[in-house]
Amino acid sequence: MDIKDLKTHEYEVVVVGAGGAGLRAAIECSAQGMKTALICKSLLGKAHTVMAEGGMAAALGNVDTRDHWKVHFRDTMRGGKFLNVWRMAELHAQQAPDRVRELEEWGAVFDRTKDGLINQRNFGGHRYPRLAHVGDRTGLEMIRTLQDYGVHQGIDVFMEYAVLDLIKDGGQVAGLVAMISDTGEFVVFKAKAVIFATGGAGKAWKVTSNSWEYTGDGYAMAYEAGAELMDLEFTQFHPTGMVWPPSVAGILVTEGVRGEGGILTNSEGRRFMFDNIPARFASETAPDEAEADRWLAGDKNARRPAELLTRDVVARAIMKEVKEGRGSPHGGAFLDIATRRDGEYIKKKLPSMFHQFKVLAELDITKQPMEVGPTLHYFMGGIRVDADSQMTNVPGLFACGECSAGMHGANRLGGNSLSDLLVFGKLAGVGASDYCRGLDAMPTLDADQVISIIRNATSILNREQGENPYLIHDDLRDTMQTKVGIVRAETEIMEGIEALEQLKKRYQQVKADGASQYNPGWHEALSVRNLLITSEAVARAALLRKESRGGHTRLDYEGEREEWSNANVVISKGSDGEMQVNRVERGDPPEHLKKIAYAELSELESTIKIEGK
Amino acid sequence: MSEVREFKIWRGNSSGGAMVAYQTQVDEGMVVLDAIHKIQAESAGDMAVRWNCKAGKCGSCSMEINGMPKLACMTRMNDYQPNEVINCRPMKSFPVIKDLVTDVSWNYQQNKKITPLKPKARDKDGNYRMMQEDVDRIQEFRKCIECYLCQNTCHVIRDHQQESRFVGPRFMIRLASLEMHPLDTADRIPAIKNEYGSGLCNITKCCTAVCPEHIQITDNAIIPLKERVVDRYYDPIMWIKRKLFSAKKN
Repeated sequence: MDIKDLKTHEYEVVVVGAGGAGLRAAIECSAQGMKTALICKSLLGKAHTVMAEGGMAAALGNVDTRDHWKVHFRDTMRGGKFLNVWRMAELHAQQAPDRVRELEEWGAVFDRTKDGLINQRNFGGHRYPRLAHVGDRTGLEMIRTLQDYGVHQGIDVFMEYAVLDLIKDGGQVAGLVAMISDTGEFVVFKAKAVIFATGGAGKAWKVTSNSWEYTGDGYAMAYEAGAELMDLEFTQFHPTGMVWPPSVAGILVTEGVRGEGGILTNSEGRRFMFDNIPARFASETAPDEAEADRWLAGDKNARRPAELLTRDVVARAIMKEVKEGRGSPHGGAFLDIATRRDGEYIKKKLPSMFHQFKVLAELDITKQPMEVGPTLHYFMGGIRVDADSQMTNVPGLFACGECSAGMHGANRLGGNSLSDLLVFGKLAGVGASDYCRGLDAMPTLDADQVISIIRNATSILNREQGENPYLIHDDLRDTMQTKVGIVRAETEIMEGIEALEQLKKRYQQVKADGASQYNPGWHEALSVRNLLITSEAVARAALLRKESRGGHTRLDYEGEREEWSNANVVISKGSDGEMQVNRVERGDPPEHLKKIAYAELSELESTIKIEGK
Repeated sequence: MSEVREFKIWRGNSSGGAMVAYQTQVDEGMVVLDAIHKIQAESAGDMAVRWNCKAGKCGSCSMEINGMPKLACMTRMNDYQPNEVINCRPMKSFPVIKDLVTDVSWNYQQNKKITPLKPKARDKDGNYRMMQEDVDRIQEFRKCIECYLCQNTCHVIRDHQQESRFVGPRFMIRLASLEMHPLDTADRIPAIKNEYGSGLCNITKCCTAVCPEHIQITDNAIIPLKERVVDRYYDPIMWIKRKLFSAKKN
């Protein structure tokens, strides 16, 4: 094979992934004058962002004027169990309001307050109503707005291209190789910088809210290229996924249901969340139904209901009810909005939930309670980046959105993801553009690397016989679901790692049938490589962190442990090709941020008042 | 409910193809897309089908199921008689790439032709103000998930191949969402009449009938746009007013 015969594109920046983060990054690169390509596995506008429901968090203060970026920052750090990268949480809280206003200027039509401003709704872990939203289809509004704006910004979009691996020139990024789904052809992108906005890897689990695209491509490609992965043990199980019927198990039920007043009950009709309030949140949570009802009625002095505790807490509480025999008929809890709000209000505020349950479960949420249970939803961890530039330890490789680590610590607050995409998408665009301006010349392309990437991909098709990729994937999902699931213990994780080793061996013989044109079996086989690397990283990180914190729960090490309160698990590929798993101590937090994060709320709010907004 | 069901799925590419018979076990609650995935994993690993969210939110899995344009992820198996064979074909109006996957790039070209939002200046405090009742109608249009089932069904495109003269229902609602946007200052009425071809729609409402989001495409978007065109070009009073006072956007 001669690489001169391959189709080759040349760009300054290539963005991989066209969800909220990738689109925002590409728009920024273009605005910075960079020749920019945007590559996506699906059609434009179909990325996972489209499924986001509840809203994007930003301290606009439109509904409750007491809100302020410092309060948002404090909520984020507490929700993340103080393991967030402090600077990232600061940048996010400070810049989110501007990013939301900018989206409005680009055409997003958020729900309005009575005064005509952007309306904001309550969500778990947020002190004040903070989520700018459009009913329960905020992600659709966001991706369509960015898409419709983005197509006029001179970005070249490559749809249904699957990126296979990065090419490097010495230590730095030189481009990547992709496969065109429509034809099965390979194509080379030369680039000064590559931004990954590739999302998570929920498809490693059986019960997940994620789509087929979520196969950890960014994690695996970055890892192979020498980048560090961090915090991968923190996987968010969203407490409310559908549990029935089996074919839709895992599909998301927005936290907006609880934000709008929905309550969780067990088979005995008890609102069990009041029995599960952690000490850290006790002073800011209603202790009983009476105060929670006053909150729903609009009493600003009432505290939030226990159903709006952070996702890790709610997910664990549901698991406990099920385990102790108080679950719903299909192994979840009841989520009831029907008795809390009238039918018209529910249809107006939660239209897609109404539709989803009506069609997929033949259930009317304005009349009956839903059945819900935890579903793998989000990766807090990911590719380790510099907080300001979003660059990884590989020069020229950037990451933003779900595939990057640090912003959310051990647990993400609902609504902080959509705002994360915009804030860090833009910053990655700035970071990559600055990097490009600092390079004298285009990096050179190493033909051997290109050929080796292509050979790895074609060997899957060319084998005479071998393992069915769909079956390897099924076994992988079983392994992660049962061995590295929502509650973990050393024995199971070890068994999981052993099972993954077996799967890696089977993967050596993976075989996809048929020709190369638009072949889902081939895609599946290519994705399984990435899922295997990601799963191993999750399992090994989960084994090392001997405590329970946020999205990582160890049965054998209950509760947060002081010795782990300021350390990350960082993973990289060793020179021997084996996975290196290291505990890395974090530095001391900046004093001014520490003061905000650990302040009593009343104390913080009075300082904000004195300083003025 | 767990039973073996019969399927016929169109297999082929731009050079031709045929319906191929499959069988698979169908369990309670399954949708057509679940069955297609099962067939893929069991006996047709290379069968092409687009999908993403499997919850009616992304609009990827559009196809024609027993003759009706539908999202496969929102079509329940128990919508059909127990002995009914399920026929799945790719959308007819777009060129086939492979199996159930069609080339929908024409839609992206239409979208790019449309003049984007041109927002007015912000209020002095940096905010925009819009009343909920003024955005209700465009929020309906913005529910569109771009499944292109309306484009596939529209007679102007499907039967009369006028796709070079008409942007189709999906983009008529996008145009309506821009024209009725309280912040917008651009004028698209001439383009709606000429370039985007509003006159070609003859209001048979087939697009509305297949919309999985239940958007009232014809009544709430296309007819109002047609009226705006008529007001501009065919209403003598408006015509004189415009001549005298220069064009104003309504």
